[in-house]
Amino acid sequence: MVSGGVSKFAKARPDATFQKMVKESFDYAMKDVPKLKLSMIDGSVASYFSDHFTRQLMAGIMAVDYLGLCPKPNKRIEGGGATGGLCFQAGWEAIASGRMNVCAAFGFETMSHVPTWKGNEFIALASDVNFDYPIGGFYSGYYAMMVNRHMHEFGTTVEQLAMVSVKNHMNAYGNPYAQKRRKLTIADVRNSDMVAYPLTLLDICVMSDGAATCILADEETAFKLTDRPVKITGVGTGTDMMRMADRPHGEVLLAPNEKKSDYRKLKYPGVHSFRAGRSAGLQAYKMAGITDPLKQIDFVELHDAYTSSEIQTYEDLALCKYGEGGKFVEEGYPFMPQIDYGMKLPKKGTLPVNPSGGLIACGHPVGATGLMQAVFAFWQIQGSIKKHYGDGELQLKKADRGLIHSHAGTGTYVTVSIMERGW
Amino acid sequence: MAKKNPAKAPAAPKKVEELMTGTTVFNVPMPADLKALKGMSPIVIKQPYQIDYIHSYGQDSPFFAGLSNGKLLGTKCRKCDYTWANPRLACTHCGRETEWVEIPQSGRVHTFTTCYFGGEEFLKETPFHLVLVEFDGVDTLFLSRLIGPVEPEEIRIGMKVKAKFRRNSQLKPSDVYFVPAE
Repeated sequence: MVSGGVSKFAKARPDATFQKMVKESFDYAMKDVPKLKLSMIDGSVASYFSDHFTRQLMAGIMAVDYLGLCPKPNKRIEGGGATGGLCFQAGWEAIASGRMNVCAAFGFETMSHVPTWKGNEFIALASDVNFDYPIGGFYSGYYAMMVNRHMHEFGTTVEQLAMVSVKNHMNAYGNPYAQKRRKLTIADVRNSDMVAYPLTLLDICVMSDGAATCILADEETAFKLTDRPVKITGVGTGTDMMRMADRPHGEVLLAPNEKKSDYRKLKYPGVHSFRAGRSAGLQAYKMAGITDPLKQIDFVELHDAYTSSEIQTYEDLALCKYGEGGKFVEEGYPFMPQIDYGMKLPKKGTLPVNPSGGLIACGHPVGATGLMQAVFAFWQIQGSIKKHYGDGELQLKKADRGLIHSHAGTGTYVTVSIMERGW
Repeated sequence: MAKKNPAKAPAAPKKVEELMTGTTVFNVPMPADLKALKGMSPIVIKQPYQIDYIHSYGQDSPFFAGLSNGKLLGTKCRKCDYTWANPRLACTHCGRETEWVEIPQSGRVHTFTTCYFGGEEFLKETPFHLVLVEFDGVDTLFLSRLIGPVEPEEIRIGMKVKAKFRRNSQLKPSDVYFVPAE
């Protein structure tokens, strides 16, 4: 990866169509590597999640022609919430296969075109419309059921969930791209409106308008364009059954740092864990040569559509064992060492998770989200946070290897990509 | 069991909700100097988006016929000895065609939630409880509504529940719902 750009995520961008938002992020990325000329881009991949939100079929090509990338190759990538992560990997595939030397991966979503509750209905169409949607299609309800089971199995608490919200909102305080920049306490999170028991309004990400672009290149071209390219060293994509009720209750897919005896009684994945996330993580770790993720990764940008799914994902990514996700946040591992969160944390900042503020605070314009994570991770690894955020507070001292994680449905498509300092 | 927590049901709104209503306007002003156009406010219009959609349940149709006859029909793979509460006509493990079987109408709450908000279609029904039901002898769970309890604190994982059916079938999976059986 040689460059990236993000449009500021907002609840609504009535001043811009999706083409203009994509162009904002694309122009920013182009400007960041002045040696890159439009003619050097061999093609692009486009991602947006919902035809209902966009109400424009073939919207991808409309962004392509706006960017001046015709008549070069392009295709649309879609996979629910993981749309952006899948698009990033499709861009990687275009380069890795040798088809392109330079590829622009861009994504967007325009969620402000309908009211919030209609938007929730559109999103719930990403559940089985024969059996699940008509019962009361609502993604927050699905995640609430999953976390209630997680609490039952492992003793996870609502205060541990709230800690994730406090952390991510506080991190976003230093990120000018974020939609919600707020200093919160655990009590604020618990006292906000209950949406689906036990998840409150502040446990859940918001809908956004926004776009993001990543420019990817082969190694030789990358070093011609920048002296600080970031190398993609591992990719993984996992899947699971659309209906979470259909998921097996079997054996854990073991990470390299786990033993079968760790999970004698656990029925897996059930509805408490995401097998697709574990599968994606294991593929990416194998490719990148990672055997002990907690020690070998410097930071993570993961898909915290819900505070609960962040905790579940710590476990899927083997940052801790299954069942220990609540304790992982309580002990302070995923916080940033340099930020004051207003609470005591014994092991603060061993492996910062969502230093950007994540989806909960930055917003979740679905097709852009996974690419936004890649851009924020890219800037962390480059050490260019200050340049791009206008303030270096969120820059990690050691950010040589990051993990990005994009997640769809109730855990139906999950992508994990490993990004490393390439110079 | 989920810990009790101090969270409350939705309070009165703290801000004015955006409305989807508006005024019909046929003309807008235009500056004489075209250079001023880039500073123009965006024009936002509202368009209807509504269709009737013909949806076939296809090979899953007998499940809905079952509901309208007070039966819960799942499918079973004889080779894998695996039973699905929601039908699946091809076994996900071996790929073979499965057989229709009747599944029990009594089970236990595997997990639950209470929705205070929802997708627009269901917003008027809030608050409502969603449950995943587990059955003896069935390998997968079943998503349904739980009727009866008022507060989420009255629902417990492991709680016994039984199926009830709408008298007038709507040919929807919501023709069946569960009630406490203890």
